[in-house]
Amino acid sequence: MALLSGDEAVAMAAFEAGVKIGTGYPGTPSTEILETFAKLGGKAQWAPNEKVALEVGVGVAFAGARALVTMKHVGLNVAADPLFTVAYIRLDGALVVVSADDPGMASSQNEQDNRRYAQAAGVTMLEPSDSQEAYEFTLQAIEISERWQVPVLLRITTRVCHSKTLVRRGMVQIPAPRPAHFEHDFPSRVMIPAYAKPAHLRMRKTLAEIAEWNNSKGPNLLLAGSPSLGIITSGVAFQYAREAAPQAGILKIGMTYPLPIDRMSRFAGSVKKCVVIEEGDPYLVEAAGDAGIEVEGKQEMYRFGELNSDRVRRILAEDSTPEPKRAPGKPPALCPGCPHRNVYTILKELDCIVAGDIGCYSLGVLPPFEAMDSLVCMGAAIGVGLGLRHSLPAEEAKRVVSVIGDSTFVHSGITGLVEMVYNPPATGHVVIILDNGTTAMTGMQEHPGTGRTLEHAKTGKVVFEDLARSLGVRNVHVVDPVAEPEKLKTLIETCLESLQLSVVIARRNCLLAAGSIREYERCHEQ
Amino acid sequence: MSSKPTNVVIAGLGGQGVIKASDILADVAFSAGVDVKKSELHGMSQRGGSVSSDVRFGERVYSPMVPEGEADFLVVIAPDQIAVNQSVLRAGGILIEPSMIDESKLTTKKSVNVALLGVLSHHLDFPVDAWTAALKRNLPEKLHEANLISFSIGRNQ
Repeated sequence: MALLSGDEAVAMAAFEAGVKIGTGYPGTPSTEILETFAKLGGKAQWAPNEKVALEVGVGVAFAGARALVTMKHVGLNVAADPLFTVAYIRLDGALVVVSADDPGMASSQNEQDNRRYAQAAGVTMLEPSDSQEAYEFTLQAIEISERWQVPVLLRITTRVCHSKTLVRRGMVQIPAPRPAHFEHDFPSRVMIPAYAKPAHLRMRKTLAEIAEWNNSKGPNLLLAGSPSLGIITSGVAFQYAREAAPQAGILKIGMTYPLPIDRMSRFAGSVKKCVVIEEGDPYLVEAAGDAGIEVEGKQEMYRFGELNSDRVRRILAEDSTPEPKRAPGKPPALCPGCPHRNVYTILKELDCIVAGDIGCYSLGVLPPFEAMDSLVCMGAAIGVGLGLRHSLPAEEAKRVVSVIGDSTFVHSGITGLVEMVYNPPATGHVVIILDNGTTAMTGMQEHPGTGRTLEHAKTGKVVFEDLARSLGVRNVHVVDPVAEPEKLKTLIETCLESLQLSVVIARRNCLLAAGSIREYERCHEQ
Repeated sequence: MSSKPTNVVIAGLGGQGVIKASDILADVAFSAGVDVKKSELHGMSQRGGSVSSDVRFGERVYSPMVPEGEADFLVVIAPDQIAVNQSVLRAGGILIEPSMIDESKLTTKKSVNVALLGVLSHHLDFPVDAWTAALKRNLPEKLHEANLISFSIGRNQ
């Protein structure tokens, strides 16, 4: 028995199952899965972004081995392209894709509900409700993936990822991994239309089989209770429902795509009133409704934010009066001594229009800086900045700057830079890469620009200034924003006035990471 | 132990050891063989903002979060975070905060979190050996001595 977070439990199961490679991109609340997997002795690596990670995972599964691919919910948007097609493809090994959703947005830009992805892409989905299930469902996901030769989504949420609960190991046994080996199988893996058409039919047939299995043998839990109230639930909402309504009968759905519709129907028919308790979108309630099952959902107000036992009590009481508001806490801020601070001070002094991006530096929007005008998604700073430059009157366009962090630049900024070179605005453009030498926001992870692996060993390094020059950007400058703030200010002014394409790299290690980075570099020299 | 879990909320600011304190408490409860759940939110909050962590233990725990107005103990490491978190405490619940200890006696100011766990330990049934063992398991060896001193300063208030 151990006390583990959901993230740690996923990693533990993957390690015990002999997963060949764990890959992903750091993102709260998923980051600790691969870090733990590496600590346990598994081969874990950070990919430049989630799309590449998933593609690597697909290759691992083509080789007949087991792959674990991890990301936060918005990462699945980036990986959606391979996801929708790998759903058609017959795999040899196992492919488990972890989507760590963030209802309530503890550290995210939206609260999308990725159960919708399972349905839209036709990918089987499991949803654990605590660390024990995170452990067991990871093993089961591997088994299901190999049995039906399909990818499996494991959807966990912030409260499952970051809560520690008891885990007992050894309850689920799955077959040992097979040795990796390649067999040609053109119609199963090459999705040209001639092969993709039958593959789509096959996928729907397989999903129907899995749905049938889910009805009879799926990882769903039925708790007998009062015949007057039944609750259908999934994920961590199950825990809240148990606490809020200890007398109610409960059908907890562990496999939320394809759904065990017959089982849901029988359960709803066995109770006087059946309520669906689910966090986020009305996914289960809509599916039940579509199947003609009589259930009640929650009021729209409970779609927003996380649930908890208090909110579930209110849902069951059909209480839609305003909820008590908790006093707001102290908002986060850029650390004292953070190298980003000087950059924002300068951009504010220069009255720039700043297309921003995702990372610690997103905090540049808050006082005292209030110097970031947009945040959309990873890498958007560059495209959004270019769009503004193309359409604003020249006097305003000349003040537009794109600001992007080092890890974010590698993740999704490079294609933006290509766009800048290919479709340059008449007034030019200025991209500032805030290079603090780490993925600071998620807790100091390495990335291809640091030249160190997930475990901080020396590896190939992407040099931003060389990359920018090779793409055809002529004005490329590197400056230390802490040691040379005056130089940085003059440089940005000069670049803005030049009406050309410029990349300014503000390079200074994150204060919190600097000590460790020095230590890694010292080890590499020895 | 009764069927209702014991609810503890630990709160403070990023960098004060809120999460570490909740890890230690959860570990003590775990070693006592009871059901335990610990919840926290981190991410943006690491950058000096408010941080809180919930620890619940007892015969059976469902939700990992302490419901509003049901905390038996509220441990606050930053005095300015008391008002923000006060509403989680039940009527008659106990607030534990830095003014309850003599901070000048601590060998390191960074161990206020552990000193307050010492105060909390006085109210809970776990043996002192379990606390000592959990502290050692959750902290690097070079910090053991200073933190054990801080813990006993809190416990003996």
